[in-house]
Amino acid sequence: MNRLSKENNLTGIPAVLVLENGIIFHGTSIGAEKNAGGEVCFNTGMTGYQETFTDPSYHGQILTMTYPHIGNYGVNDIDNESQKIQIAGLVVKDLCDTPSNFQSQSSLQDYLKEQNITGIQDVDTRALTKIIRSEGAMNALISTDVDDIAGITKTLDTVPKMTGLDLVSKVTCKESYPYPPPKEMINNKYHVAVVDYGVKTNILKQLTESGCRLTVYPAATEKEQLLAAEIDGVFLSNGPGDPAAVNYGIDLVKSLLGKKPIFGICLGHQILCHALGASTYKLKFGHRGCNHPVKNLSTGRVEITSQNHGFAVAIESLPESMQATHISLNDNTLEGIQSLNFPAFSVQYHPESSPGPHDSRYLFNHFIELMDQQ
Amino acid sequence: MPKRDDLNSILIIGAGPIIIGQACEFDYSGTQACKSLREEGYRIILLNSNPATIMTDPNLADATYLEPITITAIEEIIKKEKPSAILPTVGGQTALDLAIQLEKNGLLQKYDVELIGANVQAIEIAEDREKFKSAMHEVGIETAAGRFASSIDEAMEIVREIPFPIIIRPSFTMGGTGGSTAYNIEEFSDLVDIGLNASPIHQVLIEESLLGWKEYEMEVVRDRADNAVIVCSIENLDPMGIHTGDSITVAPAQTLSDKEYQKMRNWSIKCLRKIGVDTGGSNVQFAVNPQNGRMIIIEMNPRVSRSSALASKATGYPIAKVAAKLAVGYLLDEIRNDITGYTTAAFEPVLDYVVTKIPRFDFEKFPSADGTLGVQMQSVGEVMAIGRTFPESLQKAFRSLETGLSGIEPKKTPSRDLSLYTMRFGTAFRVQKIWSAFKQGRSLKELHDATSIDPWFLHHIRQLYQKTLEFSLRPECVILLKKNGFSDIQIATMSGKSEDDIRSYRKIHGILPVYKIVDTCAAEFESQTPYCYSTYEQFDEIEPLDGKKIIILGSGPNRIGQGLEFDYCCVQAVFGLQSIGYKTIMVNCNPETVSTDFDISDRLYFEPLTYEDVMNIVDFEKPDGVLIQFGGQTPLNIASRLKESGVSILGTSPDAIDLAENRQKFGEILTKLQIPVPDWGTATTVSEAIVIAEKIGFPVLVRPSYVLGGRGMEIVYDGAELERYVENATEISGNYPILIDSFLEDAFEFDVDALCDGSDVYIAGIMQHIEEAGIHSGDSACVIPPYWLPKNSRLMIEDYTRQLALSLNTIGLVNIQFAMKHNTIYVIEVNPRASRTVPFISKVINIPIAKIASQLAAGKKLSDFDLLSKKRNHLIAIKKPVFPFNKFPGENVFLSPEMRSTGEVIGIDSHLGAAYAKAEIGSGNRLPKSGIAFISVNDEDKIQVVSVARDLLELDFELVATSGTAALLNENGLPVAEILKATEGRPNILDAIKNGEIHLIINTPMGKWSRRDEYMIGRDAVRHSVPAITTISGARAAVRAIRAIQSGKIRYHSLQEIFN
Repeated sequence: MNRLSKENNLTGIPAVLVLENGIIFHGTSIGAEKNAGGEVCFNTGMTGYQETFTDPSYHGQILTMTYPHIGNYGVNDIDNESQKIQIAGLVVKDLCDTPSNFQSQSSLQDYLKEQNITGIQDVDTRALTKIIRSEGAMNALISTDVDDIAGITKTLDTVPKMTGLDLVSKVTCKESYPYPPPKEMINNKYHVAVVDYGVKTNILKQLTESGCRLTVYPAATEKEQLLAAEIDGVFLSNGPGDPAAVNYGIDLVKSLLGKKPIFGICLGHQILCHALGASTYKLKFGHRGCNHPVKNLSTGRVEITSQNHGFAVAIESLPESMQATHISLNDNTLEGIQSLNFPAFSVQYHPESSPGPHDSRYLFNHFIELMDQQ
Repeated sequence: MPKRDDLNSILIIGAGPIIIGQACEFDYSGTQACKSLREEGYRIILLNSNPATIMTDPNLADATYLEPITITAIEEIIKKEKPSAILPTVGGQTALDLAIQLEKNGLLQKYDVELIGANVQAIEIAEDREKFKSAMHEVGIETAAGRFASSIDEAMEIVREIPFPIIIRPSFTMGGTGGSTAYNIEEFSDLVDIGLNASPIHQVLIEESLLGWKEYEMEVVRDRADNAVIVCSIENLDPMGIHTGDSITVAPAQTLSDKEYQKMRNWSIKCLRKIGVDTGGSNVQFAVNPQNGRMIIIEMNPRVSRSSALASKATGYPIAKVAAKLAVGYLLDEIRNDITGYTTAAFEPVLDYVVTKIPRFDFEKFPSADGTLGVQMQSVGEVMAIGRTFPESLQKAFRSLETGLSGIEPKKTPSRDLSLYTMRFGTAFRVQKIWSAFKQGRSLKELHDATSIDPWFLHHIRQLYQKTLEFSLRPECVILLKKNGFSDIQIATMSGKSEDDIRSYRKIHGILPVYKIVDTCAAEFESQTPYCYSTYEQFDEIEPLDGKKIIILGSGPNRIGQGLEFDYCCVQAVFGLQSIGYKTIMVNCNPETVSTDFDISDRLYFEPLTYEDVMNIVDFEKPDGVLIQFGGQTPLNIASRLKESGVSILGTSPDAIDLAENRQKFGEILTKLQIPVPDWGTATTVSEAIVIAEKIGFPVLVRPSYVLGGRGMEIVYDGAELERYVENATEISGNYPILIDSFLEDAFEFDVDALCDGSDVYIAGIMQHIEEAGIHSGDSACVIPPYWLPKNSRLMIEDYTRQLALSLNTIGLVNIQFAMKHNTIYVIEVNPRASRTVPFISKVINIPIAKIASQLAAGKKLSDFDLLSKKRNHLIAIKKPVFPFNKFPGENVFLSPEMRSTGEVIGIDSHLGAAYAKAEIGSGNRLPKSGIAFISVNDEDKIQVVSVARDLLELDFELVATSGTAALLNENGLPVAEILKATEGRPNILDAIKNGEIHLIINTPMGKWSRRDEYMIGRDAVRHSVPAITTISGARAAVRAIRAIQSGKIRYHSLQEIFN
């Protein structure tokens, strides 16, 4: 190891990122100056950092951006995927403090500070990514107490493990609400119940654009309440954490199967799969980026997709009543299913993208078609 | 679905000679296509007139045609080879144009051959700006406001609808030829006229100016199942208004939000779909208004391009290879990603580093150019650099350029005007000016207002400047600067130390670079790739290679005098060393080349070729040796220092190579060997120069020492001229002395390439220049075997070659130039290293001499090779240079000792006339079969021109001449019409050229001070594509060529046919 592993640059408050496996990365503090712990993961997207940081699926994670310059085009009101930054901490090579874009309203540095989120820059993020890749996702802590590694390690031990963790309860809405708000009256044909496990704003926008009126419900809503609302379909949203820990969600979906068309994305996909009898497992390192190729098995077409998941549905666990519809071309893991018995389908990736390519937006139309057939 | 099995053989069309706008990126793409289709089992037929390419190496195709890329040639080849398909998308615009012609002439149908990788309709929509505009509107993609005009009148109508400045783009020209920006109505009409003339269909597009908008490129690949991926996004640092080839560009795009990026992505794919690019790669260009984000599509190229070569190198995604596989039926998800080894080509690369490309200009060669950049491309090459951050990659790119910069720093030449006004216009070193302006206290806003360069880029340039202010020689400061890409030289300058001091300081303090890998996936997957770059960070990613290994130093950016030829030699060296069991390590920074293809060498370091960067690699890898004799001048610049630092230089020692430049020592050797050399001397002052010149006798050949490509070389006829020369030359050569040689007027010149192992010499060939002495060897056409060389002179040349090679202790290649006058052989120059003619001669004799040279350097002996038993063929081969005069319309077209050609073609045949005809045609000179020839020659040439004129009459040409020449021809009984000189009244010769009444021009220079006429004739000839020949020997050869064309005696043969 050479000198560069220890020496910090001159331009900021020294900070460290300490990994569960004992490896220490040196850098300087960005955002709010404080400690932050969580599971460290990486995202390979080269654009769309604001959407990513505000995506509830990232709730509680320490996020490493593999692209070195983050913050180049600033932050604005339109790129939020939820009301706030969801990540617990940010790791970057270089945070840009003088953004350039006509839409930019403030710098990412100011935004992090304002939301009391901490981070670390000037980190060898490529080396970090390789560690996560080869050793799997692990907990980590960002701290400016650079002289007290022992203390940091102790704090790190108290960070809860992701497996078995129900993070949904932390990000779901407290009570149901209509989308768009009643003042923007729309006459869309179908009324869809969105079960909010941590839904991204762009999913709501895409469903609306496809012709739905939405009511967004807290994750723990009862079936009766949903069915009483005269809905045409049910949407199961994305969200953070271990799907197996969201028992109440799985029970809800089981009870809705066959009653209404169901469409699930990401955590919603995993919950639907559990409800249909399949099982999930934790990937060694998740799929997180905007460049993931997925093959649509019925058309043979390849879609470049936006992904963010640390768990996956085991392809070999699919019962005969379920059909694999999409697979990842990178590692052949399951990316989409449909039920052969019920009007229900789901994808592991993010067709609403934001950030990411728009190749898979057709899935929203597919949901409409299922409702048309009812 | 796998590949198509209904195809047996595929004809690949190459790009021909290197010209501005079409350089060695097409050797890279063509080589990839040949390799990847051949491994699929197809029979590959290749047509390319450029002998310096790797792709025309006979073992890369089954039938290699080094023939002109013309409709006539390709028809003959199709008849003979009966290919099932033609792939026209890897040979640049040249290949696409030929494909369109094939379709238009009904030849595809006639011979039942299919175009793959592109269809003519798609090419036409993409290239016809009018069709393109309306196609884009149909799918909801916005284009710039404006319309087409086919006449000045129409243009004058359109100009009322759009505010100035206005962009004028001729339809169907390459590299923006004839394009311009008009700021007022007066220049508007002139520029429209030029544009109309440049366009083969006499049409220009007149559009709103997008000057100052942000410019982007997307590299897209699409397969026949409509799967499409974006390989790379590129953002231009220089905003709209400067040709993208002349812009500093950065990958990936830096200042687009995801929503903007996805819109651009959607539009790119939509564009390919609408245009109908069903398989292959395309480049789509966009402009974005920085004020409001308004996005406009500018153009698309339905083929692999310079940008796709850059994108391939920037991402590790081999676009040309993938495009070739798609063309034969594969789908993206059926093609393996070579870098990871197990994922597929159906994905979008992500970068965890920043790539910067900087163009390289050679304005010094073209005094008529004012150095301002515009919509027409003028750069002759480019470098690319990889860093973990933009500042690091920008600095590395600047020091890769070999223009005397060690990073971003003000140029050492006397500081020019730094007022903001001068920064409005793009120039080669605008970034340096911006640095200086920050130093003078200018604000970011002022500079943004002046340059329209995005504040994000300006901010980083300013930060780099600011970092130097805080500097003191402490480890923390050095680390900070190294992380920002500063070179040891820059740090040395700041701290008043030497580069060596900083190097040892760094070593003492453990401040060493680490090496990271380019893997297409930002480390998400494990990768097999041998493609690395340096940076200053916490963790090293690679281990030194195992086993015996040799570093080969590449040739850096293309420039006039150093191009593709040296990349060919480097790649041959890789092949040579690999075949005798060495691991090869390539170091280079030119993204266009085959050598920087990551699957050529065992490991590729994409790094600047400076002492610091190379030594870092040497320290890390500890190779068994470093090869420096293949990369042209570039490795030689650092060779001595590498040797002094204890690096083992394989082959000929740097001292011996240097000896050839050191006239004093070299002169001593020649005296000892009793080899004649023209009288010479060196001078550092005007008075010294005059004394020497008078002793030698005028005319003399003068040049600065230690320059390349005849930079600043001139023939001087008297003392006054010499005085002027010496005064100017010190600017070029600095403190180095000026060399003064006796100029051997009317001598024949020869080039010899030979191999030497230290005790034995193999003479690969003797080439004779067609033009007489005084024209740079790189600009001179040459022929092998010599057309006029008496046997004893030949023996003498061979003998001198042996003696010189041995006495310089050459191990590897040596090139010697000789002159012959009155049966005396003089040595003009010796270069004990790879020369520009190595690939040419290798092709002609069918022996890969660069490959052998690499093995000699590694210790093999000539006797290990079976060279002498190779049967001699009876071929005549011509190498003919091509010139960028159409890009520099004000340029003097007469050849001189200063090299200005950008590339070359070959003409091979069993007859000199046919070979010369092929070379002429291949180089783009449309030699007429009949018509009117204009002759105007200087007094010295008058005697000799009579026979040329007589030959032309025999060939049924009519002659016109200006008064002097006409009188002479009349005296000799030849019918000739007289025509006025440009300065004698109207109508004159210029009118005749413009009216298309002249089909061939023979015009030799009249001397330095009466050139106005000739200059205008030359300029108009270039504009109107009339072949203009400026030497008598060239005219003689042209006559033989015309005779060969008339008699229809031109046949086309593949190298394999000739040699097997």
